[in-house]
Amino acid sequence: MATKASRTAARLMLAPAVILLLGWMMVPLTMTVIFSFKRYLPMRGGDLGWVGFENYVRFVNSSAFWPAVQSTLMIVGGVLLITVVLGVLLAILLDQPMWGQGIVRILVIAPFFVMPTVSALVWKNMFMDPVNGLFAHLWRFFGATPVSWLSEASMPSIILIVSWQWLPFATLILLTAIQSLDSEQLEAAEMDGASPLSRFIYITLPHLARAITIVVLIQTIFLLAIFAEIFVTTQGAFGTRTLTYLIFQRVLESQNVGLGSAGGVYAIILANILALFLMRIVGKNLDR
Amino acid sequence: MGRIVLDQVTKSFGDVTVIPPLDLTIEDGEFAVFVGPSGCGKSTLLRLIAGLEDVTSGAIRIDGQDATDIVPAKRGLAMVFQSYALYPHMSVRKNIAFPLRMAGMDRAEQDRRVDLAASVLNLTDYLERRPGQLSGGQRQRVAIGRAIVREPAAFLFDEPLSNLDAALRMGMRLEISELHKRLETTMIYVTHDQVEAMTMADKIVVLRAGHIEQVGSPLDLYRAPRNLFVAGFIGSPKMNLIAGAEAAKHDAHTIGVRPEHITVSATDGEWSGVVAVSEHLGSDTFFHVHDTGLADTITVRADGEVGFRHGDRIHMTPRADVIHRFDEQGLRIA
Repeated sequence: MATKASRTAARLMLAPAVILLLGWMMVPLTMTVIFSFKRYLPMRGGDLGWVGFENYVRFVNSSAFWPAVQSTLMIVGGVLLITVVLGVLLAILLDQPMWGQGIVRILVIAPFFVMPTVSALVWKNMFMDPVNGLFAHLWRFFGATPVSWLSEASMPSIILIVSWQWLPFATLILLTAIQSLDSEQLEAAEMDGASPLSRFIYITLPHLARAITIVVLIQTIFLLAIFAEIFVTTQGAFGTRTLTYLIFQRVLESQNVGLGSAGGVYAIILANILALFLMRIVGKNLDR
Repeated sequence: MGRIVLDQVTKSFGDVTVIPPLDLTIEDGEFAVFVGPSGCGKSTLLRLIAGLEDVTSGAIRIDGQDATDIVPAKRGLAMVFQSYALYPHMSVRKNIAFPLRMAGMDRAEQDRRVDLAASVLNLTDYLERRPGQLSGGQRQRVAIGRAIVREPAAFLFDEPLSNLDAALRMGMRLEISELHKRLETTMIYVTHDQVEAMTMADKIVVLRAGHIEQVGSPLDLYRAPRNLFVAGFIGSPKMNLIAGAEAAKHDAHTIGVRPEHITVSATDGEWSGVVAVSEHLGSDTFFHVHDTGLADTITVRADGEVGFRHGDRIHMTPRADVIHRFDEQGLRIA
């Protein structure tokens, strides 16, 4: 691609894809921003004109806003903690040579293929149902009173469901990272007198640092937007209303597009703050 | 102290026997080199001594103490790996100090030993760098530094120079030899390069398919190779091996003549042939001679100023006192 002609051809051929992608991103974003400055009530009069920052002020001042931010961060943080810790341990386990390795690995990845709506329904009805759920049976077997998971322990339940979905992803990325660890390094550490735990702390974990930051970054982006799991389980009740869910309620349940759009812009800002913060950490790790 | 004794050691991976029963003694302070073609089991043997592999049967004794079932860290051996196996996320200082840190040594003593090792190995200016910022030779020295701070009973080197370029390899060869002279610690060195073996070793162990073909000093092996394999392996360029009628004249099945033990002449000699390639190294010239009726190619070393060219017919005479004779089994006839 050195000549002028080939460069022009390259630009021409890239153009449709770039324009399409840009449009895909820019049109909804622009519309969200435009709506956020309007009083727009589809069932109650439609477009009622510009209102400046009124929607933004109302969204933040609503009593639901800060709890929503808090529960969003709790879900993201909780899921990240569980998936990374268990992911590292599982990856180490799966890295051990064993019989039926291929099948076991596919089974471990399987939850990732289940649609969020389906997995949340399965968890809700099969495991967490206070009367017929497997957990309820287990509790009764030991003579305990069954827990109404989704109302009494709603936040841990949702974190559990989402972690179950994302653990395979973390495990997979961390497993490939572990496999790239030079075995001579571990042997050298063994000769140097490092115990298995020291070898994990001083050799394996630093080697995984980069993969862990990538897992954290990618998962954060997706976890900020989880919706189906909440929709089919608690419907945002019992303190599980995340920012995404709050926006959904403002737009569809309250039929207030303007207010919801303002929330959408806040969500973009929150995601960007988090992304910036994470990129700093990743950048530090990638420098090496 | 580091006297290492292998007593009837064997190693199998599943059904494949890599090391058949093998006995070997390496004396304290000796520089022993395991040499052989790739896949001969020399690295496996080293890993058995290090404890990174378990022996299938037999015993390994270090200083008279049975070390067969002792974990690698407790054997008092230090190993330098082919890939150097430096810890990429630690600075050079932390890399070298790692074994001391694992041993729970106090910081002041750690620093003292690291600084000493760094000054011996010319690494003082690089202590705060990471391995990724060092050249191949410097990484090699860090790996050696990590080994010497432990003050081990013996050093194990697994093809440490194979990732370096030729010039650096020669320099490091000298440095390792010098280190051995200074520390007077047992060293076991694995290589497939017979030049490294000849130049560094007190004792060479030639291995083939897990068998020890010959053990001896470099010159013993050069002067009196016990069989055809050792004869062909030790010495560069390789010894000329001649079978048939010419060998029968010397009452042998095969005779071997080293390239440096043949004199060339334009006019007369015992053998004659046509020069296929002549390699001028400046100090020496190697002629690869065809059509001799003895073997495919006869290699001859001559003085750098001898100027035969491709296609010239030359005459060659072997030095009668250094003709090696071998029987049908390929064993040396004394």
